[in-house]
Amino acid sequence: MPDIYLDNSATTRPYPEVIELMSRVQRDIYGNPSSMHVKGLEAEKIIEKARRQVSALFGGRESEIIFSSGGTEANNLAIKGAAFRHRRRGTHLITCMTEHPSVLNCYRFLEKNGFTVSYLPVTKQGVVSPGELEKTIRKDTILVSIMHVNNEIGTIQPLEEIGRVIRGKNPGALFHVDTVQSFARLPLRLKEWQTDIAVCSAHKVHGPRGAGCIWIKEGTLLQPLMHGGGQESGMRPGTENAAAIAGFGLAAELSTENMRQKADHTWKLKLAFYRELQKSGVDYYLNGPPHEEGAPHILNLSFPGLKAELMLHSLEERGVYVSAGSACHSRRPDPSHVLKAIGLSRERLESALRFSFSAFNTENEIALAAKETAAAVRELRAII
Amino acid sequence: MPVKILVRYGEIALKGKNRGQFEQQLHRNLKAAIRDCPGEVVRLYGRFMVTGPEEKLEIMLERLRKVFGVVSISSVRETKLDLEQIKDLAASIIASLPSGENTFKIETRRSNKIFPYTSPQINQMLGTHLQELFPDLIVDLKHPSFILSIEIGYGKAFIYLDRLAGPGGLPVGISGRSLLLLSGGIDSPVAGWLAMKRGLAVEALHFHSFPFTSKRSQEKAVNLCRKLTAYGSKIPLHLINVNAIQKELRAQCPEELGIILLRRMMFRLADLLSKERKLKALVTGESLGQVASQTLESLSVITASTNMLVLRPLVGLDKREIIDLAIAIDTYDTSILPYEDCCTVFLPKNPVTKPKLETVERFEARLDIRSIMEEAINSLETTIVKR
Repeated sequence: MPDIYLDNSATTRPYPEVIELMSRVQRDIYGNPSSMHVKGLEAEKIIEKARRQVSALFGGRESEIIFSSGGTEANNLAIKGAAFRHRRRGTHLITCMTEHPSVLNCYRFLEKNGFTVSYLPVTKQGVVSPGELEKTIRKDTILVSIMHVNNEIGTIQPLEEIGRVIRGKNPGALFHVDTVQSFARLPLRLKEWQTDIAVCSAHKVHGPRGAGCIWIKEGTLLQPLMHGGGQESGMRPGTENAAAIAGFGLAAELSTENMRQKADHTWKLKLAFYRELQKSGVDYYLNGPPHEEGAPHILNLSFPGLKAELMLHSLEERGVYVSAGSACHSRRPDPSHVLKAIGLSRERLESALRFSFSAFNTENEIALAAKETAAAVRELRAII
Repeated sequence: MPVKILVRYGEIALKGKNRGQFEQQLHRNLKAAIRDCPGEVVRLYGRFMVTGPEEKLEIMLERLRKVFGVVSISSVRETKLDLEQIKDLAASIIASLPSGENTFKIETRRSNKIFPYTSPQINQMLGTHLQELFPDLIVDLKHPSFILSIEIGYGKAFIYLDRLAGPGGLPVGISGRSLLLLSGGIDSPVAGWLAMKRGLAVEALHFHSFPFTSKRSQEKAVNLCRKLTAYGSKIPLHLINVNAIQKELRAQCPEELGIILLRRMMFRLADLLSKERKLKALVTGESLGQVASQTLESLSVITASTNMLVLRPLVGLDKREIIDLAIAIDTYDTSILPYEDCCTVFLPKNPVTKPKLETVERFEARLDIRSIMEEAINSLETTIVKR
């Protein structure tokens, strides 16, 4: 049976080199980076190397990178850290309805703590309207969070325009971008976006779980969420997870090598998969942006009449691993907030699947996966 | 130092020969509940006394208060049968209470009538003694902030403050063994718990539809059984794959009858398994009128597929009450995990609510019931779920 992993937006298979490096660090470089002796120094050097590797994707200033346990923690630090640090300047915050839960739930928490939050709607393709933002932003707005690439449907937000609107209306407001899905997959044009804070995670780019970072533009002030021994410039204290950070650095570097070609390769895979499916003649809907737009690695499709979980397990039986676009269950309807925000009908909500590709996938795999998907649809349609 | 827990059980409901059986079964179940602590259980004039290590006190209390047949439990201190020693122990217990607890009442129960003082006399002497030692203490018989209870036994006296309610009911096992149809939803674990409450030991049967349903939904059935083991002993869990049956029904029978036909097949499989395992009744989480397959008409058509006794303990409960019970017995959070199960996968759009037995039987005549049952039975897997 094939073993085709198309759930790369959930997590990715680590590079073998990353695993090797991490096991070497775990075994040999066990010193506490804060220790004065040589064991500590070795560990510190490992972390500083990783910081250089990661910062290369964020404009090159190492002092602007703070390592965290991953994307969720980094988003928490970005949002709550900015809100609490700047609350004297204002208490209005803006985000959009299709953000990741680690962003949305921070905003819901802040709403209960004296802040006012505006949630921007999105178009059918999941795009935030800069015009809508312009109407929403106020003098007392202190923070705007808009993600780069949506994790469920692959929409790429017009960050340059959004940045321009923010700077035009309220230059003092901080602009936070969740780049978890685009980091090391697409170029991060932080200057053009005029962003202040960006967030990413190692395990989405073939690195380890348990590592991520927040990029904080020099001069941007945040309130740390944790207090302790002063590591990571006091922004994220706690003894550093040197092995995971080292793995993160290497994964970032390896992903960046030929990033252009890798993105092109993933694009090709996505388009090939889509074309194969079109050719097969099975019924489907595309959710989110048109297939030749959007992120190169995410494709969200609905197979009407076939519940997502059913398709997922049927594909699993055929050796193809994907995500249900919506955790929906007849006993507890809890459809995806993203698919709801782009206005999908119930039928499409319930049958949405996310296929997400990576540079590790091959053209053969994709052709086979598309064939298996069409076969699964046909088989299930015959009995359901 | 070992700690002691006094376990009380319901004497009122017991009469004649039943009492001995009840006590023996309860004794076994109590021992099983705390064997690993390790704790010991001794029978004692209409009570049980549990002894175990001090550091396991909380765990033992938590487990014992879930054993069916138990009415209440108390963590007790023990002393010799001597008034002066009882006074000293009572004083040391009160000295360790947080300040502010200063209205009290003493309740004495004298099982040992040879002890020279009557219960009211003990109450009075002890109360006077304690008030001399602790001038803040005020006797308040109506709304005391704590009750000091004294039990005068044979050779020993026990003193305690709190009384934790047990679940009542009958010791699991005393009423026989049954097969619980466990779907993975909210209702069936509660039905199992209620069956256990009336002394039934349960084995569980879960139907899945792999590969249409995931391994996670099977794991969920295991986890629900594990939650139920807190109230009884280990639970054998049987898993049967009905995927082939569902496909066959879909191919041969009208969609709107799908659930009724599937449930009849499930009851037949449960019937077969019960005969093999010598189980005397089926227990289901069905209630009346919740869904199409639970109208009176549907239930009777479904039941007609077996001649076994089918117990439906939830029939008198509203959904809200079932949910409250599920929360109380800690199965709710597991039940609501959103995995498709074999009933939701093929949910018809318009299921019949008033099926007719003849119609259902006419469609069943088209099926080769014996061979599809055999295929399903061949998929049987059994795991013993332990605490």
